Amino acid sequence: MICVSVCMGTGGISAGGDKVFHNFEAELLKHDIEATVNKGCSVHQVGCRGLCAKDVLVDVIANGVKSTYEHIKPDMVMKIVEEHLIKGAPIKEWLVKEDYHNFNAKQMKVVLEDCGVVDPEDIESYIERGGYQAVKKVLTTMTPLDTVETIKRSGLRGRGGGGFPTGLKWEFAVKNHADQKYIICNADEGDPGAFMDRSVIEGNPHSVLEGMIIGAYAIGATKGYVYIRAEYPLAVERLRIAIKAAKEKGFLGKNILGRGVDLEIKVKLGAGAFVCGEETALIASIEGKRGTPKSRPPFPAQKGLFGKPTVINNVETLANVPQIIKRGADWFASIGTEKSKGTKVFAITGKIKNSGLIEVPMGISLKEIIYDIGGGMEDELAFKAVQTGGPSGGCIPASMIDLKVDYESLAAAGSIMGSGGLVVMNEGDCMVNIAKFFLEFTQLESCGKCTPCRIGTKRLFEILTRITEGKGRKGDIEFLIDVCNDVKATSLCGLGMTAPNPILSTIKYFRREYEAHINEKRCPAKVCNALLTFTIDKEACTGCTMCAKTCPASAIEGDKKKPHTIISDKCIKCGSCFDVCKFKAVNKE
Amino acid sequence: MESDLNKMLEHYYEMDGNIISILQDMEETFGFIPEDAVNWFSHRLSIPAARFFGTATFYGQFHLTKQGKHIIKVCRGTACHVKGSQKISDDIQREFSIGVGQTTKDELFTLEHVACVGACSVAPVTLVGKEVNGKVKSSAILKKIKQLREV
Repeated sequence: MICVSVCMGTGGISAGGDKVFHNFEAELLKHDIEATVNKGCSVHQVGCRGLCAKDVLVDVIANGVKSTYEHIKPDMVMKIVEEHLIKGAPIKEWLVKEDYHNFNAKQMKVVLEDCGVVDPEDIESYIERGGYQAVKKVLTTMTPLDTVETIKRSGLRGRGGGGFPTGLKWEFAVKNHADQKYIICNADEGDPGAFMDRSVIEGNPHSVLEGMIIGAYAIGATKGYVYIRAEYPLAVERLRIAIKAAKEKGFLGKNILGRGVDLEIKVKLGAGAFVCGEETALIASIEGKRGTPKSRPPFPAQKGLFGKPTVINNVETLANVPQIIKRGADWFASIGTEKSKGTKVFAITGKIKNSGLIEVPMGISLKEIIYDIGGGMEDELAFKAVQTGGPSGGCIPASMIDLKVDYESLAAAGSIMGSGGLVVMNEGDCMVNIAKFFLEFTQLESCGKCTPCRIGTKRLFEILTRITEGKGRKGDIEFLIDVCNDVKATSLCGLGMTAPNPILSTIKYFRREYEAHINEKRCPAKVCNALLTFTIDKEACTGCTMCAKTCPASAIEGDKKKPHTIISDKCIKCGSCFDVCKFKAVNKE
Repeated sequence: MESDLNKMLEHYYEMDGNIISILQDMEETFGFIPEDAVNWFSHRLSIPAARFFGTATFYGQFHLTKQGKHIIKVCRGTACHVKGSQKISDDIQREFSIGVGQTTKDELFTLEHVACVGACSVAPVTLVGKEVNGKVKSSAILKKIKQLREV
């Protein structure tokens, strides 16, 4: 039996996974007809397996031995089929190297266990791996209260950012009696720099549905929604296929497994508003209204969707549920730290060698994530900071690299766990610019309902813009801190309460960078163009005219094959000349 | 147009009276939210047009003006930002004399920013239509866009 699996997550597809897959199909078909050697050979598409930096990844299982190939291009497929599958000799130089194994060594896969193994568009392949066993177990041997108790005992906490205990949330909904209850899966993953939920749904959509069925049974909900971003077309499609298949198999719909339990799940597409990740805003959006948050209480577990008790869980949280049911609460509680149990999925990106999707036990250190799993810094530049939690989180400096990753430690460091984006930055990244970047995002996404967030984030963004343009004033830092604290204390929802975190954490750890911008009108990382002066090194310039041709302001003069000069009055500081010069003759100071 | 709108109306009832579904259908069919269509629904359903516009302007997905033939989306996620996506956007804006969310006069190109397309491992990312371009450079993406003009 020969089996070929091609990585077909969004990362894999953008690297050409689609063509690789079709070439395998075509090649296998071709050889099957000619020589009939490959009977029983099958090609599968699988979801994300994490190491997107090495896409397209292809697994070939022949004679019970699995070989993994990296960086596979469509035109390499023919050779793999001929050498490996027909002649039986794997192509050594294309196989994954040592760093692929290191990438996996320190990880612990619970949620991602079957991502990259099961075919996300085939329910049978999920069932073969023990899928829907947890639903069977719950429906036949456990009462709803047992189920809630098990989740409570496991110590599972919400993976969307806040970290509220899941079992407790369910318990509240159980206690509120009503003729109709709802369960909602929050797949509105809006954090820039995060793609965990997308990968889970693309890689193993049934695990999320299974978690929803168990949750619905526990709280007594008969209707469910998956609220998912419209920007994730592949995930939406796979989710729809999964719902249909689960219905046909009797895991969804009326009278599930003949146990008298009903659950109908609908997919709702988000319409592009970050604030809709917030529970009450998400509910408003499903109801067809502007997605503005409400003050709580009443909590959704009391009065949620259409005024009925509603539980909202994040994708990753729900994907943990079947595993907990199958393997037991004690098993889950044995992983992680005292207060943060289980594993966490992170999307690790930025200036790092192995960017991709990882799952690690809670309590692992940042150092292990960045150097052992991530393979260290790209281009061997010095590590400066890692940004966690997206626009609601903060920057953790190099000096704190031994920090343990769990809810409490990250909060104590001025950041948050968030949904799991980790963006690694090096010496070439300006922290004031990063803070400005996040505030640009939050002030744009602020829904405008409450004044502190609507006006506060805008003012913060304006001050940061001024500082990066060299118009910073004395006292700006203190003023920023002051406004940040006000916005934090008085905003209505999580968006405003956490929006100042990127500023406060960068001021706390990188105050000198702010001072350099304000007092010396200098950007130490050479990022803020307005504070830089571009000049051409006469020695290094070969007079290739590339910069003069590219300059949009016609600010560069010089004859062919003679050194060029930049006319500083005309220069708009766009940095184009710096980027195009092949001789490193353009300096910025 | 009338038959399109009737179809949307049916879908609206299927979706338990959700006006976001109408807006999403309009966006999909027309590429933007036409005022006439909103008024049509407003009369039919006795819902003030302001509610449609209020909802449409809240969400990033909806546009009140006609979009260009080609939509260029520059990803402004964090990973793309640290890898220089601002400059890519700046260069496109300068080259085509448009701002973010605007369309060129010949109605060929619309420039948009997206928060994150989740392809961070190949940052910086720019979408031209539905095609995902990873690890892009300004010069290459400008060339690609200009080629579309000639087609």
